[in-house]
Amino acid sequence: MARIFVYVAQKGGVVDDSAVELFAAAKKLDAAALPTVILTGWGADLDAACDSLSSSFAEVWKVANPALAYPNAELVRQALVSVVPPNSILLVPHDHFGIDLAPGLSIKLNSAFASDVLAIEGVEGNFLKLVRQEFGGQVSTHVRCDASSGAVITIRPGAFKAEASAPVSGVVVDKSSAVGALTARRRYVETIVAEAGDVDITKHSVLVSIGRGIQEKDNIGIAEELAEVLGAAVSCSRPVVDAKWMEKSRQVGSSGKTVKPKVYIACGISGAFQHLAGIKGGPFLIAINKNPKAPIFQVADVGIVDDILEFLPELTNKARELRGVAK
Amino acid sequence: MEILVCARRVPDTSENEIALNAAGNDIERDELVYSINEADNYAVEEALQIRDRVGGNVTVVTVGSEEDEEILRRELAMGANQAALLSDEAFSGSDGKGLATILKDFVKKGRYDLILTGVQADDGAAQVGGMLAAMLDYPFASLVCSITVEGGKLRVGREIEGGNHEINEIDLPCVLSIQTGINEPRYVGMRGIRQVASVPIPTLGVSELGVDTATVGEVAARVKRVDYFVPAASRGAQMLSGTREENADRVLELVAARGGLK
Repeated sequence: MARIFVYVAQKGGVVDDSAVELFAAAKKLDAAALPTVILTGWGADLDAACDSLSSSFAEVWKVANPALAYPNAELVRQALVSVVPPNSILLVPHDHFGIDLAPGLSIKLNSAFASDVLAIEGVEGNFLKLVRQEFGGQVSTHVRCDASSGAVITIRPGAFKAEASAPVSGVVVDKSSAVGALTARRRYVETIVAEAGDVDITKHSVLVSIGRGIQEKDNIGIAEELAEVLGAAVSCSRPVVDAKWMEKSRQVGSSGKTVKPKVYIACGISGAFQHLAGIKGGPFLIAINKNPKAPIFQVADVGIVDDILEFLPELTNKARELRGVAK
Repeated sequence: MEILVCARRVPDTSENEIALNAAGNDIERDELVYSINEADNYAVEEALQIRDRVGGNVTVVTVGSEEDEEILRRELAMGANQAALLSDEAFSGSDGKGLATILKDFVKKGRYDLILTGVQADDGAAQVGGMLAAMLDYPFASLVCSITVEGGKLRVGREIEGGNHEINEIDLPCVLSIQTGINEPRYVGMRGIRQVASVPIPTLGVSELGVDTATVGEVAARVKRVDYFVPAASRGAQMLSGTREENADRVLELVAARGGLK
């Protein structure tokens, strides 16, 4: 079995939560392996991050360089190409940083590449049997990955549960001198924080959330009427924002807001993992979708196969009757 | 600016329910409606807008078969200047690296300042853009949601967590993967497509591109899809099977029991 490494980004000395998930994924590849974590950065932040991981990883490789103070994928890639031994397996989180880093890194390492992996079913010699999803989670696939010359694998956030393991007293190995001059043709300028928007969907206990099933902008009123009578707010999934039907501040998901309502009514939302990643706190999830195979029904508490354009007005009428509100 | 957009034709998830075929080795493709991959269409629109601001040409390219020509014609109708179909028996079974290799050989036949891809195909892995950039040794940025041309450089916004944007300056030539929602792609009607019906679209294969056949296709693929499956529901929703009226009543009871409807 090839040597297994995990790479996680750190910002300001705080290591990304994905470190424990990547550790769990590495154990699925080889239960006996002691995966090595690689951290890049500079100064006290990097030292703090290395210390915090040395209680869970037996070996922490530290790559310090002033150019790595901000995790710029182009520079991190150059650093990793210098330190990762040939034919290794490297696990990276499938997030905005991993998507930036991993495909190009696999080319430079001459390794196989598998992305957004949500389960590891086995290893036969140099072949890894991995599970991925396609079409927004409507179907899954088994993927056979030839890791004989190494592999770079991105791991879906939340797919591997962190396992309790006894603390170790790991060693921090300084690999900084292996990295030569780093030259950036892409330079970080600044981060622009998302605008707050007119309604704060993170503060509501009931959300009526709409997806592609709303079909057109003029139909959003149907959801707004329901939300009004329920004392809820209207949120949405990505396609609704892409179509410019609602503001970005209403979007629930990994690239939108994280919400923690008590009740989440998913209307015409298929249930892609990027959307589900924004729903926290285990709300009671009611899903309405025309497609009985929509992935949202896998995670919902209650499901109804129906057209939201027909069902929501019915629901609104019933709610008005119940509350004695005149139409 | 010379801009190349790499696009793909995929089953349209907004038009189809994706289901397994009887053998379980593929999805049921008989009745599928195909269209250009959504993110790729945004990439073409972005290329057209940049060209219209600073001048130049937009070329759209795809790796595939004759059937894939329809998306190239659609993008010509949107306003692309030219298109090319990269097609050869030897390309069949390529993995992401194989596709990136074919595109790399095409790029080397021309001269492009900017190469765009969609961030991900519906049946893809968000990989070809980053691989292509690494093969060409061009800088790369993924999940791009804004582009401004500033002299010989671009200022690009990347979509990061929480809806925040990471702004980067990037040198040309470069490769960018475009996120959905970056613009509002223009509408293309049947009339527009008919108007470009006679525009020639060259088909280029191994010999025209100078592809090393050991680097593409089934023989080179280190990552292979073995089968498709639908995972057994771990929990699954309790499905309401009453009339629409009964279901609405039940939903209101459930919402009220959890503190809604006050």
